[in-house]
Amino acid sequence: MLRSVRQPIIIVPPLVFPLFLLAINASGLDAATNIPGFPADSYLAFALAFPFMQGAIFATNTAGANLAQDIGTGFFNRLSLTPMRGSALLAGQLTGVLLVGTIQAVAFLAAGLAAGADIEAGALGVPVLFALSLSIAAAFGTIGLFVGLRTGSGEAVQGLFPLMFILLFLSSAALPRDLIAQEWFRTVATINPVSYLIEGLRSLIITGWDGEALALGFGIAAAIFLVGLAASTAALRERLVRT
Amino acid sequence: MSSGAGTPVRGGVAQGARRRSRYLAVARTVAWRNLHSVVRTPALLLPPLAFPLFFYMAFAGGLSAVGDLPGFGYYDYNAFQFVFVLLQSAAFGGVFIGFSIGADFDAGFTRRLFLAARDRSAVITGYGIAALIRAVFVWAVVFAVALATGMEVAGDGIQLSGLIGLALILNAAAFLFAAGMMTRLRTLQAAPAMQIPVFMILMTAPVYVPRDLLGGWIETVAQVNPATAILEAGRSLMAGASFHVVLAFVAAAGLVAALALFSRGGLRRAEAAG
Repeated sequence: MLRSVRQPIIIVPPLVFPLFLLAINASGLDAATNIPGFPADSYLAFALAFPFMQGAIFATNTAGANLAQDIGTGFFNRLSLTPMRGSALLAGQLTGVLLVGTIQAVAFLAAGLAAGADIEAGALGVPVLFALSLSIAAAFGTIGLFVGLRTGSGEAVQGLFPLMFILLFLSSAALPRDLIAQEWFRTVATINPVSYLIEGLRSLIITGWDGEALALGFGIAAAIFLVGLAASTAALRERLVRT
Repeated sequence: MSSGAGTPVRGGVAQGARRRSRYLAVARTVAWRNLHSVVRTPALLLPPLAFPLFFYMAFAGGLSAVGDLPGFGYYDYNAFQFVFVLLQSAAFGGVFIGFSIGADFDAGFTRRLFLAARDRSAVITGYGIAALIRAVFVWAVVFAVALATGMEVAGDGIQLSGLIGLALILNAAAFLFAAGMMTRLRTLQAAPAMQIPVFMILMTAPVYVPRDLLGGWIETVAQVNPATAILEAGRSLMAGASFHVVLAFVAAAGLVAALALFSRGGLRRAEAAG
């Protein structure tokens, strides 16, 4: 956690880049609100879920790159000689991810509200938005941990970023699924789990309380987290045996 | 007497020819080395190829409903986005070569090249030739994919040549910017200093919709952004019209001229740094 706070390079790009894209998309695609059936009056409100999701993608890199660096510098080897439990190591790495995720969530929400977006779910929706956002960050963080442990290479972890970005863009991030005109894209967006994560976040901002969207959002985040954690635990065990 | 007067002239001509030949040999060697490493390293070859394809799929596929908006006024949303992706890949093709320059500085290879070359601008020219060849390869693939997936081309051969010409000039401008940054900063860690300004200039042009449909701050920025003139001219050429084409070529050529000076200044600094 301390390492995350002490390195501005870990905190600044995940804050600035999503806000920059939000500012561009909110203005550049505002005309999309004129498409019949568009679910919001303002594209800013519709797109506000996008930076939360992007922030979670950065969490993948934060978690994995820190661990890969520890493996590369030999710190992990020294750590493995201590009586520290593996679960504590994974939890420690995820705490850093959650800290960065919290800073991001506060910044994105503050920027969105300052620019004129409203939260349809009201004040109670804010903690739920934060909870879902942090669940997604933790879920993606476990993927970063797995790749970091499995490969021990910072470059391999960085290589995940384009892949995650592709998942984000091939989702319902830019338009609701029912308004995507190209059938192949709608099919990809429908089978892409990122669509349901972003729709869960978005529902609190533009719809209000949508039980189905929230259940899918939390459920998919939990599923990714559990799979990622199991894979990371197995990779950690293997790494410790090799050490 | 005539031979006495002619010898220095012939000698000067021969010296000039040798200098040109040496310059071209250095440029060719640097370009060949870069292209060779790219072909042998898929991690270097794939991102510049995959990103334009991916952006084309994501924008043209995911946002095609935007093309039906009242006032959109362009014949095909696939073609509308293709022109942006082509020009974006031209600009990023120039920037990606900056990674190679930075990595070569980190490894100390560029310094050795500078020691070996009489005219060090030949080293930069070599990287520029590699950037151009890499970009043309990417465009060929993106063009083929776009045509195969149903993009309609309304412009004729001359207009498409104009579009490719604009992309070539933009590639040269982005390369000169990247070379100028990298010869000043001389490390790959400075890569964001090349990427972010290019990304911001491109994304604050009318990417998703024509300028008339833009709203808010981006409408103001797009009006003064030189990338807007280039993008709009490229789209008009693709559509078989000629809107602002002269302005676009002037803007692109102006960028190249200014960035050539910037790049030259960077080279001088790198030479001074040793």
